[in-house]
Amino acid sequence: MSSTAAVAAHGAHAEHHELGFLRTYVFSEDHKMIARQFLFLALFMMSIGGLMAMLMRWELAFPETPVPGFHWMPEPYMYDGAIPPNTYNGMFTMHATIMIFFVVMPILVGCFGNFLIPLMIGARDMAFPKLNMLSFWVGAVAGVIMLSSFFVTGGPAAAGWTSYAPLSAVPIYTGVDWGQDLWCISIIVLGASSLMGSINYITTIVNMRTKGMYFFRLPLVIWSLFITAILLLLALPVLTTALALLLFDRMGGTHFFLPAGGGEPLLWQHLFWFFGHPEVYIMILPAMGIASDIIATFSRKPIFGYRSMAYAMATIAFLSWIVWGHHMFQSGMDPALGSSFMITTMVIGVPSAIKTFNWLGTLYKGNIHYTTAMLNALAFVAMFVIGGLSGVWMACTPVDMYIHDTYFIVAHIHYVLFGGSLFGVFAGVTYWYPKMFGRMMNETLGKIHFWITFVAFNCTFFPMHILGMGGHMRRIYNPMQYDFLKPLQGINIFISISAFVLGAAQFIFLANIIYSYFKGAKAPENPWHANTLEWTAPSPPGHGNWPGALPTVYRGPYEYSSPEVAEDYLPQSQLLEHSTAAAD
Amino acid sequence: MLEHLWFPHDISTFGPQIDWLFELIFWIVMIVWIATMITMVVFMVRYRTRPGRKAEYIEGSSRLEIIWTTATAVILVILAFLSRSTWADIKEHGPPGQVFYAVSAKQFNWEITYPGPDGKFGTKDDVTIENEMHVPVNKVVRIDLTSKDVIHSFFVPNMRLKQDAVPGRIIKVWFQATETGQYEIPCAELCGFGHSGMKGNLTVQSQEDFDKWLADQYAQAGK
Repeated sequence: MSSTAAVAAHGAHAEHHELGFLRTYVFSEDHKMIARQFLFLALFMMSIGGLMAMLMRWELAFPETPVPGFHWMPEPYMYDGAIPPNTYNGMFTMHATIMIFFVVMPILVGCFGNFLIPLMIGARDMAFPKLNMLSFWVGAVAGVIMLSSFFVTGGPAAAGWTSYAPLSAVPIYTGVDWGQDLWCISIIVLGASSLMGSINYITTIVNMRTKGMYFFRLPLVIWSLFITAILLLLALPVLTTALALLLFDRMGGTHFFLPAGGGEPLLWQHLFWFFGHPEVYIMILPAMGIASDIIATFSRKPIFGYRSMAYAMATIAFLSWIVWGHHMFQSGMDPALGSSFMITTMVIGVPSAIKTFNWLGTLYKGNIHYTTAMLNALAFVAMFVIGGLSGVWMACTPVDMYIHDTYFIVAHIHYVLFGGSLFGVFAGVTYWYPKMFGRMMNETLGKIHFWITFVAFNCTFFPMHILGMGGHMRRIYNPMQYDFLKPLQGINIFISISAFVLGAAQFIFLANIIYSYFKGAKAPENPWHANTLEWTAPSPPGHGNWPGALPTVYRGPYEYSSPEVAEDYLPQSQLLEHSTAAAD
Repeated sequence: MLEHLWFPHDISTFGPQIDWLFELIFWIVMIVWIATMITMVVFMVRYRTRPGRKAEYIEGSSRLEIIWTTATAVILVILAFLSRSTWADIKEHGPPGQVFYAVSAKQFNWEITYPGPDGKFGTKDDVTIENEMHVPVNKVVRIDLTSKDVIHSFFVPNMRLKQDAVPGRIIKVWFQATETGQYEIPCAELCGFGHSGMKGNLTVQSQEDFDKWLADQYAQAGK
């Protein structure tokens, strides 16, 4: 493999001279530094997105009463601390936008993708290090554009993260002017960043696997990132196109989505959800990969059904292109089409079920170590089960007619995106922190954070199913305006109090990251006795990842408790005397 | 059961079918969920680490993979086919209409148009009333639903009925109320800063009360 050799030469060359501060920490081409940059960007954005959520929960529990401590907010954002409807609409729009595009995607894809791909496939860096750097900085610019929309006249976008036209297409309908334009521009720019990343990931995984690292020896987290990158590559251009059309409608006088000029509002929904459903899997597949690796490691057992796990992810990726209509059952789309989408949607439940059963199978007759990473990974499985099962109601078109656009949907997406993706993030950060920063994360703080988060998360989002069953619409800012929702207000208050605890608990996670960076125990090379290649590099790995030659791979990633050796793990790169040189 | 699970009281003819499907899924989901969680917790407790223990080297089982793939697929596809006819009844065809309305959504009101004494829409004697929809009980109500500006959603929680109102399209909606009373028609699709609080009142009356009310409205409007 000549490309590997070329990169190896590049790596060896790079070690010869020290890089300056700017090239090391700011405009770095090192995949590990770029991964950390994505992590910090996402954590910063998470605090803003989280604050939005807290303010919304205040409003829903105590409608139209001033938020304590927010009297200083100028009009028209707030009136003496009370949230007006348009600010509320801006908050849930920005909460979702930030959490999806600037938190979950940058951490799962940007941070873990960058950090893990070269280290786990045995490469010195990404295929295109400069493109990688550009990808981060373009993403950061998108973040600045998005945040700047808070400060323009009319406030930020307020048409929901789905920005349904014509609401989003004509400024007078929302009263938002530049905010929506900046929203479109920011996501177009972010799309460019993600495209660069995905091309890089695909190229790296296809071309730069070390000797012996066949596709079916890749850790599942790499499989998940590979499939995610393909989804990103194919889905984002669709979103970019839709956003460009929306911008033309807003600024150029076109009528793509405006019926007054012969346009079609449903076209926006088709384009948006054609991107949007693969997007859902972009945000969950890497977390599935992370959970698979961590559960195998701490069960000290091979992942149950390795190939079926990989095939299930590929199946999910394929099916994710033909289910988008389930977001549009009540949209006025031909009901016969709704029936077809109901069947594809039911079918996409199958590979998710396969994955869940395989995770349980991995625990069976294991030797389970309850580290913080493992607890979070197990929580991922349990919460994903709830999120997946609640999807069955939505897939059923007649039932969806009732629960569509209610809190049942809000509960579902948060069980998948917080219960799923974010517990995956907590697990992944805790698990790879030693490799990323060279120190162990504090287990006590980690467990305190886990338990509070786990309990508060369920107290926050489980009752939302009940609200949804009561018919509670989403995106309303004062439930007390409806007689049929008044009896449910106690539940809203309970949810809000739980949400405040949940929000506050995340500071423990942030504090642990900072505390452990300075005070954590020095991490050994392989603290978890894991098999994959990143644990054969120093903690943290230097430029070029391995000081000597690149490791050679002799076996799959999950040879835990193998009868071949006395220890309960068998690294991928460890040569056994009797093992044939499987590397060719 | 659903009345105890916070569902609003159902007053539509198709509501029981929807609630039945909800309940069916509820029991399937509960069984799967409880079985999965019990398995998980039992494994977590039984196979926790103890000194001197080593995990058993098991790579998987093709037989199990085939069993759980097939079982899940069969249950889900059967569910889809069970739902199919209910969906078709509600959204694709349905019984012939007995009372007719044209409903147009406009930020942030429901404009309910009654056909006037001649019983025809698009004539001069049509009467439009904001947010007040009166219907006779046990009659098939047919609505031509549209919007004048953005997308709204016509939602009657007590009927389990929801349909987006889309500008540029006229969407046919039907229902048949089985009980008289006062109900709400909230907008369920984000439609702007006045979305929260956008709601109409639905009054289901006996035929006599309805006729009297409608005659009053026509008289007031001078038709």
